[in-house]
Amino acid sequence: MLSSTPAAPFDPAFPYAQAMRVQTDEQAVKNKLSMIVFSGDMDKVMAAFIIAAGAAAQGTDVCMFFTFWGLKALEKPGVLTGRGLFGRMLGLMNRGGLNAIGPSRLNFGGMGRWMFKRMMKQKGAASLPELYEMAVDLGVKMTPCQMSMEVMEIDPSLFRENVTAPVGVAAFLAEAAESRVTLFI
Amino acid sequence: MITPALDKADKVLDLKGLLCPVPIVKMTKAIREVQVGQTIEAFATDPGVMADIPAWARSTGHELVLMEKLDRQFRFVVRRLK
Repeated sequence: MLSSTPAAPFDPAFPYAQAMRVQTDEQAVKNKLSMIVFSGDMDKVMAAFIIAAGAAAQGTDVCMFFTFWGLKALEKPGVLTGRGLFGRMLGLMNRGGLNAIGPSRLNFGGMGRWMFKRMMKQKGAASLPELYEMAVDLGVKMTPCQMSMEVMEIDPSLFRENVTAPVGVAAFLAEAAESRVTLFI
Repeated sequence: MITPALDKADKVLDLKGLLCPVPIVKMTKAIREVQVGQTIEAFATDPGVMADIPAWARSTGHELVLMEKLDRQFRFVVRRLK
C-alpha cells in the first residue's frame, strides 16, 4: 500500500517539510532555545522554567516542548484527566498542576514537596507558579506533545490558557534545528 | 563604601532577597521602562548577580556602568543602549 503511493509533492506548510528545509540551511540558526520537558518532577520542571525565564530575559526566543510526564506541569490546578478506566486511574494516581507535582527524590507521598516549598519560600526563591508566570510574561512558548496527550488521555482544555495547540515531533525538530541551544529535561 | 554615582540613576530597583532568575527577569522588565541612554541602579543580596548581571548585560547589549560589593549587598548600574 505504502510503496505504491506516489511521492507527495513538496508542501512548505507541512511540518516535516519545514524541518528538512531548516536542517539543510546552515544560516538558519537563530538566537533561540528549544527545550524538551519530559519530566513532570517538581525539581526538574523548576530547572526548566528557570532556564527558560533566564534565557527569555536575555532576549533569547524560548520554545518549551512538553511531553509525557512533562504534560503534568501544564495542567490547570486540580483537574482530573482520563476518559477510560486506565486513563482515569493514571490521572488519579498522578495529579497534575504546578502545585501538585512532587520532587524526583525524597517526596514521601507529598511530605518532600511540602518541605521543599517551605524551604524555597524561606529563602525567597520563586515558586513554580511564579516562575511559570514570569516565563509567560517574557514570551516563552509552551507547546504540548499531541501523541502523549492522546496516550495519557489529557484533553487540551485542561491545560493552562497560555499553552499553545499541541504539535508533533516534526514541529519540535523544526524549532530545534534553528535553535542555538537545545535541552532535554 | 558606596561609590558615588556619576549622575543620579533614572530608576532605582530593589532586588534584595530575590534569587535566580528573578533579578535578571526584573532587570529585563525595568530596562523596557527607561529610555535609551538612561540608567538603572539596582541593589541585590543574591551573590549570583555578580556573575549573572554582567552576562545578562553582555547578551542583551546594555552597558554595565558599575558593579560593586557593599557590606551586605551588591550594587550595580546599567545603562540602556538600545
